[in-house]
Amino acid sequence: MPIPTPFHERTSKLCTSYRWKDWSGYAAVSSYDTTHDREYFAFRESAGLLDVSPLFKYEVYGPDATALLSRMMVRDVSKLKVGRVGYSCWCDDHGKVIDDGTVTRLDEDYYRVTAADPTLHWLQAVGRGLRVTVEDSTARLAAVALQGPRSREILRAASDADVDRLKFFGATRAKLAGLDVWITRTGYTGDLGYEVWTEKAGALALWDALLDAGRPHGIAPAGLDALDVSRIEAGFILLGIDYFSAPKVILEARKSTPFEIGLGWAVDFERARFPSFIGRDALEAERRRGSAWALVGLEVAWEALEALYESFSLPPSLPATARRDGLPVYDEEGRQVGKVTSHTWSPILKKYIALTSVEARYASPGTVLQMEHTVEFERRKVPATVVKTPFFDPPRKRQP
Amino acid sequence: MSAAGGRYDAVVVGAGHNGLICAAYLARAGRKVLVVERRHQVGGATTTEEIHPGFKFSCCSYVVSLLRPWIIRDLDLPRHGYEVLPLEETFTPFEDGRYLLRDADPERTKRAIARFSPRDAEVYKQFGQKMAELGRLVKPMIDGPAPDPASRNPFELLRLAKFARHVRGQGEEWLIGNLKMMTMSAIDFLAEWFDCEQLIAPMSVSGIIGTFLGVRSPGTAYVLLHHYMGEIDGSYRAWGLPKGGTGAIAAAIAGAARALGVEIRLQAPVAGLLWKRGRAAGVVLENGDEIAAKAVVSGVDPHRTFLGLVGEERLDPEFARQVKRFKMRGSSGKVNLALDALPEFACLPGNGPQLRGDITIAPSIAYLERAYDDAKYGAFSRRPFMDIVIPSLTDPTVAPPGKHTMSIFVQYAPYKLREGAADWPNQREKFGDAVIATLAEYMPKLPELILHRQVLSPWDLEQTYGLTEGNIFHGELSLEQLAFLRPVAGWSRYRTPIDDLWMCASGTHPGGGIMGAPGALCARTMLAARAV
Repeated sequence: MPIPTPFHERTSKLCTSYRWKDWSGYAAVSSYDTTHDREYFAFRESAGLLDVSPLFKYEVYGPDATALLSRMMVRDVSKLKVGRVGYSCWCDDHGKVIDDGTVTRLDEDYYRVTAADPTLHWLQAVGRGLRVTVEDSTARLAAVALQGPRSREILRAASDADVDRLKFFGATRAKLAGLDVWITRTGYTGDLGYEVWTEKAGALALWDALLDAGRPHGIAPAGLDALDVSRIEAGFILLGIDYFSAPKVILEARKSTPFEIGLGWAVDFERARFPSFIGRDALEAERRRGSAWALVGLEVAWEALEALYESFSLPPSLPATARRDGLPVYDEEGRQVGKVTSHTWSPILKKYIALTSVEARYASPGTVLQMEHTVEFERRKVPATVVKTPFFDPPRKRQP
Repeated sequence: MSAAGGRYDAVVVGAGHNGLICAAYLARAGRKVLVVERRHQVGGATTTEEIHPGFKFSCCSYVVSLLRPWIIRDLDLPRHGYEVLPLEETFTPFEDGRYLLRDADPERTKRAIARFSPRDAEVYKQFGQKMAELGRLVKPMIDGPAPDPASRNPFELLRLAKFARHVRGQGEEWLIGNLKMMTMSAIDFLAEWFDCEQLIAPMSVSGIIGTFLGVRSPGTAYVLLHHYMGEIDGSYRAWGLPKGGTGAIAAAIAGAARALGVEIRLQAPVAGLLWKRGRAAGVVLENGDEIAAKAVVSGVDPHRTFLGLVGEERLDPEFARQVKRFKMRGSSGKVNLALDALPEFACLPGNGPQLRGDITIAPSIAYLERAYDDAKYGAFSRRPFMDIVIPSLTDPTVAPPGKHTMSIFVQYAPYKLREGAADWPNQREKFGDAVIATLAEYMPKLPELILHRQVLSPWDLEQTYGLTEGNIFHGELSLEQLAFLRPVAGWSRYRTPIDDLWMCASGTHPGGGIMGAPGALCARTMLAARAV
């Protein structure tokens, strides 16, 4: 049974829909209202406030902290400056991805790592013999994501942080509602946004301060349903949905390398201080050989979808929320060449979009594939075009 | 061809949303198109204006539901800034202090209605479904040119036969339902479904918006249907609030049109047509510039097109008579408020769903009828029907932080006052006062919150936006003015009796609202006819 997060006293009162889900053992709001529309539009038009406390968090500190993380991550953590956040994934010896998350360099020898799955054991294993302390701060810290075009103005009003100088993927210490907090310009919506981290004792004060400061800007508490639509628009993958953790799967075919899930850009072979990292040999070999799979975006041809429904005398209808049911994807000859792993109607783009794993030769933008679509219990196909992700990428996300 | 030298394939008069859409489709087919607009900005009645510093108002049209999804896709409007935000709730306060809140949650809505009538609460959902089905059957009508029952063209007959088969296939019950719907009043039609007035009264007003009819006038039931055809995102849903006001829709369409090569000339009022051997050969601007084009497309209403641009003397007398008989009869006004803070309802205080959707002041049938009575005898309703939205609650870009904009659609405000239309400047603020006083019955503190008030009477709508008699739909959407009868029988296909003069705006099939179908269908027809 899921347990409450540090914000539960507030979120439970606001969640009039009683729509909750289990997020890593915590009770997390799916949507505060019956439908998530307003929460989604808060992310895109004003600001949404999302409790992200269940995210796994680890403090990694000591003289060898940099060495540990450089060895673990495909990204060269030693290049990360103090006050910067890096997004990365980490692999097993075969270059198969275990998990992905952020690394924030809070100080010269102090990092905070976030992960989708429990990672303490892995950090300890990689750090064996190093002068480093690893602490699981998941339960100790409370965290919220404040995402949307108005998030900067809200933080400017609520905290003493110099938010105008906080760059995309920057981190800063600040005072907010009398609390010591860390603010990072990060998030999972693909919009302008921040995450605020503090000791759990300050959770309610943090929540109240942000909601108060946000009220004139139309802030809304937002749940995971709204987040799911946003993250697909942003082209962000999710562990356990769009790819699977290598140590947890039975079939070899379920495992992925960073290149196969769109994270090739994070893999850094050009390292000065700590040249070796876990999975390096396998990944270098893959880079020479080429990857078998690729993660792409698909845009469904709406006219064809409409025509399909019309053949049943029905208006087109799509699920109201983002979906994670896998759908096969076929080539012209009807051979399965991939799978849709997440799909949603994008309210802002007015398009039906999907994150999709395809055989690498089908990955070039413009390729037309056939995606399964069920109407009236009949499995049919609709054409969909391969496009680059992110589907939605507003300039404000990285603007100074 | 350069803008300076070459002749245009088409010149569109008026940069309203239909004019822009028509121009964009013509340009998409490779035609060289110029749009000339009298005002300083595009959009016509699809407009956002900063009436008070920091407050942006959808001065005229204020919600969107019918903009055709295929137009949104064809012109790639989201890329040009088109965004629609949800508007799910309908809130109706009553004079006895009770209220009804309907929203996207069917069970919650059912419970809300059940407080007035448990029976109606059950039927409500079925009614919605029935109306959506009806709307779907009518939909092909608004996505194509009007059927022409007088035609002898074999393609046309085939199309009619197809439609007849489609209708017959629906069965007798459906046909009876539809016939009833076409002839009944909104109240009578709704009373076949519902018992409680608290539901019937606010639902009936969809049948009278933009017409000079009452909720008990025959024919108003049909107009209800338009309300259920609202499509957002290509799926069947209610109304939406355009981000940045309705002017942002016009800006997105103009952006798409420009990207396709359309030229738009602002502050370029047209004095008349350029004639060549009895054909329309371009336009003459008020500054004397002559712009030659193979075809002229009128984006203004039928009265302005024929009695203004063309001139009655060039029309066949019978045709001219029919144009004059085409009912404009503006019956509504707008009051736009800049508010210092969010107002509150006495019956349900606080900031909640009651404020963020559609607010309908239509507390009873007698109330609506009395509002109509005033108008029948040439006065504005002392206590009018109002349809209100507070866009700033959902779209923070339209007001400074913590402040709000309120858009109040008001009916009835007859164009022809007892003292004459020209008396509106004398009565305008009294009309505004009546609106605020009525609203203050439900929101007592509202008057103290008003930072700025803009009152638009039908006379103002005519003066500022060129809507004849202030009619928001370029002619009433009543049954005798729809489909092959719009605007004149025999002339529903965007052509006019003047060669090379076309019509593309709301005065043509399928009519008004931010739908865009007239503009797109006009362009399609012109291209098929090789008119340009």
